[in-house]
Amino acid sequence: MTDVATPLGDEGFGSVDEHSKGLSQHAKGRMNSVLMAVLPVFAAVACGGILLALLGRDPVSFYSNVVDHGLLGSLGRQESLIRMAPLLLIAAGLMVAFPAGIWNLGTDGQFVVAGVVVAALGPELAPNVNGLVLFTVLFVVGFAVGAAWAVIPAVMKAWFGMNEIITTLMTIFLGVSFSSLLVKEFFDDPSTTVPQTKVLAVEDRLPRMFGSRVHIGLVVGLVAVLIVHYMMTRTAFGLRLRIVGMNPAAAEHAGMNMRSLTLSIFLLSSGFAGLAAAVEIAGVDGMVRAEWNPAFGFAVVPLVFLARFHGPSVVLFVAAFSSFSIGGESASRKADLPNYFVLVMVALMLIFLAISEFLQARSKNVVKDE
Amino acid sequence: MSDLFSTLFLASLVSGGVLVAVPLVFAGVGEAISERAGVLNVGLEGMMLMGAFGAFAAAISVDSIWLGLLVGGLVGTATSLLMVGLCIRLNANQIVIGIAITLGAEGVTALLHSANYSDTYPRLPKAGVLDIPLLSKIPVLGEGLFSHHPSAYLAVLAVVAAWWVFKSTGIGLNIKAAGDQPHALAAAGGNPRSTRTMAVMTTGFLAGVGGAHIALIGAGLFVPAVTHGAGFIAIVLAMLARGRFGWIVTGAILIGISLSLTTAFQLVGVDVPIDAVQMLPFIMILVVLSAFGRDSYLPAALAVPYDPESR
Repeated sequence: MTDVATPLGDEGFGSVDEHSKGLSQHAKGRMNSVLMAVLPVFAAVACGGILLALLGRDPVSFYSNVVDHGLLGSLGRQESLIRMAPLLLIAAGLMVAFPAGIWNLGTDGQFVVAGVVVAALGPELAPNVNGLVLFTVLFVVGFAVGAAWAVIPAVMKAWFGMNEIITTLMTIFLGVSFSSLLVKEFFDDPSTTVPQTKVLAVEDRLPRMFGSRVHIGLVVGLVAVLIVHYMMTRTAFGLRLRIVGMNPAAAEHAGMNMRSLTLSIFLLSSGFAGLAAAVEIAGVDGMVRAEWNPAFGFAVVPLVFLARFHGPSVVLFVAAFSSFSIGGESASRKADLPNYFVLVMVALMLIFLAISEFLQARSKNVVKDE
Repeated sequence: MSDLFSTLFLASLVSGGVLVAVPLVFAGVGEAISERAGVLNVGLEGMMLMGAFGAFAAAISVDSIWLGLLVGGLVGTATSLLMVGLCIRLNANQIVIGIAITLGAEGVTALLHSANYSDTYPRLPKAGVLDIPLLSKIPVLGEGLFSHHPSAYLAVLAVVAAWWVFKSTGIGLNIKAAGDQPHALAAAGGNPRSTRTMAVMTTGFLAGVGGAHIALIGAGLFVPAVTHGAGFIAIVLAMLARGRFGWIVTGAILIGISLSLTTAFQLVGVDVPIDAVQMLPFIMILVVLSAFGRDSYLPAALAVPYDPESR
C-alpha cells in the first residue's frame, strides 16, 4: 500500500491489506484500531477541559452536560439521530468520490442549491399528491439538482483535467449566492418579513419512527452508507473506482473509460449531497432562508477520511460527531459560552487522531522490520 | 442611470475593491508559495482568523496598527507550525489537518472574543491613509488606487518579492523542487522537509498579515469569522494562478471590485440583487478557465507527504 501514489497522501483504501491479514491478527488489529480511536478522544477531552478551566468554566459539569444532553437525554438523543441523516448521506457521496481520487469539496454548494429547489417545490406539491409520491419526487429532484450543480466541475475535470478542488470550492460560493438569489427573487414567501421559502406543513414532512421525533431520513442515510460500502468493496464498479483512485494511469491503460467514470463518480457523489438536503428539508426544516448554509459537508469531509472510507466506521464517526455537536450546543448554552466550543473540540480530535494514525503507522513499520 | 458612472460610484468601487483585494493578495501569495512547495494549505482561512484576532488584541492594547499587523503575521506563523508538525513531520493528511485548523481557529478566536470583548465590542479608530503624491490626484481613479493605508503597498511588495525569489534565487528553485520532485531534491543534497517547513511558515505569516488587514483596516473590529471565507477565495486564486503571481493580483482585484459593487450601487441609490453580483467573479473565472485554462498545472507532489523512507 505504501508504494501506491494516491493523490492526497497515504490515505489509500484500507481494506486491501486488511483482507491479507490472518484472522487473529485481524482481531488484534481491530482492537488496536478501537484503542487508537478512543485515545485521541480522551486527549481532546483533556485539552478541551484545560481550555474550559482557563475560560473559568467547570470542565466536569460541562462534559456531563454534553453527555446528558447529546447521548443520555431522550430529547437530545433524538436530536442527535435526526442530525445524523443528512451527514450520513453526504458521507455516502464522499465515500464514492474520495477513494476514486475525486476531491469533491463542494458538497455544501450542492447541498444548499438542492435544498432551495426542494423547499420551493415541496409546499406546492404537497396538497396535490400523497406522501409517497411527494417524498419520491422531492428525493429525486434533490438528487438531480445536487448532481446538476457539479456538472461544470465534473466536465472540466473529465475533459480538460481541470483540478476539481478549485472548481468545487468555487461552486460553494456560487451555490450559496445562487440559492440566496432564488429565495429572494423567485421563491420568496411574501407573508414573512425575512426572505424565506414557503413552509412545508408539519403534517406533510417525512414520517417519524417508533413514536419518536426521529424521521425516516436516518434509515435512508444508514442504507445509503451501507450500500455504498458494499458497492465499493464487493462490486466490479467499486473496484474500478478504487483502481482509478490508486493509479489513474494504470486504469486508463487497462482500457477504462476515464471520462465516463469521472463523470459518474462526480454526479453520484454530488447527487447524494442533494439528497441529503432533500431529507433535511422534508424531515426537519420545511423551508429555506436566504444565506442558508449549515456547512454540513465541510464537517463530514474529515470524518470520512478518518473512517478511511469504511462504511460502519463512517456511521460511528458521524454518530459521535452528531451527539457531540448536539450535546455541546446545549452545554455551551448552559455554560454561557458561544457555540463555537464544539468546533474547537472537533479540531482537537482531528489533530489527535492524526497523531495516533502516525503512531499506528510507525508501530506497523516496526513490526514489519522485525 | 447617469448616476451609475458618477465619480462617487467609480471612486467607491475602486477604493472598496482594493480594500477587499489586499488581504486576498497577502493570503493568495502565501498559499501559492506553500502549494509550490507541495503543501496544499486548506487551513489558510484558520491562519487568517488567528492572525486577525492576534492583531486586533495587540492593536487595541497598544494602539498601533503596525504592531498589530506584525503580531498578526507572527500569530499566523505560530498557527502554521501545527501544519508543519502534523503534515510535514508526521505525514498527516493535509486536507484533514487544514480543515481542523480552520474549524479550530474559528472556535478559539470566537471563544477568546467572547471572553474579552463581547461586553464592550471595542472598535479601532479608522486607519490613516497614505496619499501617494501626484498619483493620488489623478481624477476618479487616483484616490481609489493610491490613497490607502501603507500596508496595501506592502502587499504589492510581497508579490514582487515572491516573484523575484522564484525567478532568480536558489531558494525558489528548492521550493519548486520540493513540490515537484522532493526525492530528487533530497538526492541533490537539499532537504524537502525543511524547505516545505520554511514555505508553510511563510504562508502562515502572510495569511496572518492578510487576516490582520481585514480586522484592523477593513473592518476596524473583530467579530467571530470576520474573514468571511477570504481564505478559501485565496486558495482558489492561488490554484488558478498556477504560480504566476501577477494573476493573483488581477484575480483579487476582480473579486474585490465585484464584492464592492453592491456597496457602490447602494451609495448611488441603485437597487441590484447582491447575490447576483457576488456570483459574477466566480462565473467569470469559470468562463475564462473553460476557454483558456485547460491544461491546468499543479506541482506533481502537491498534497503528497514527503517520506524519506518511502524510496
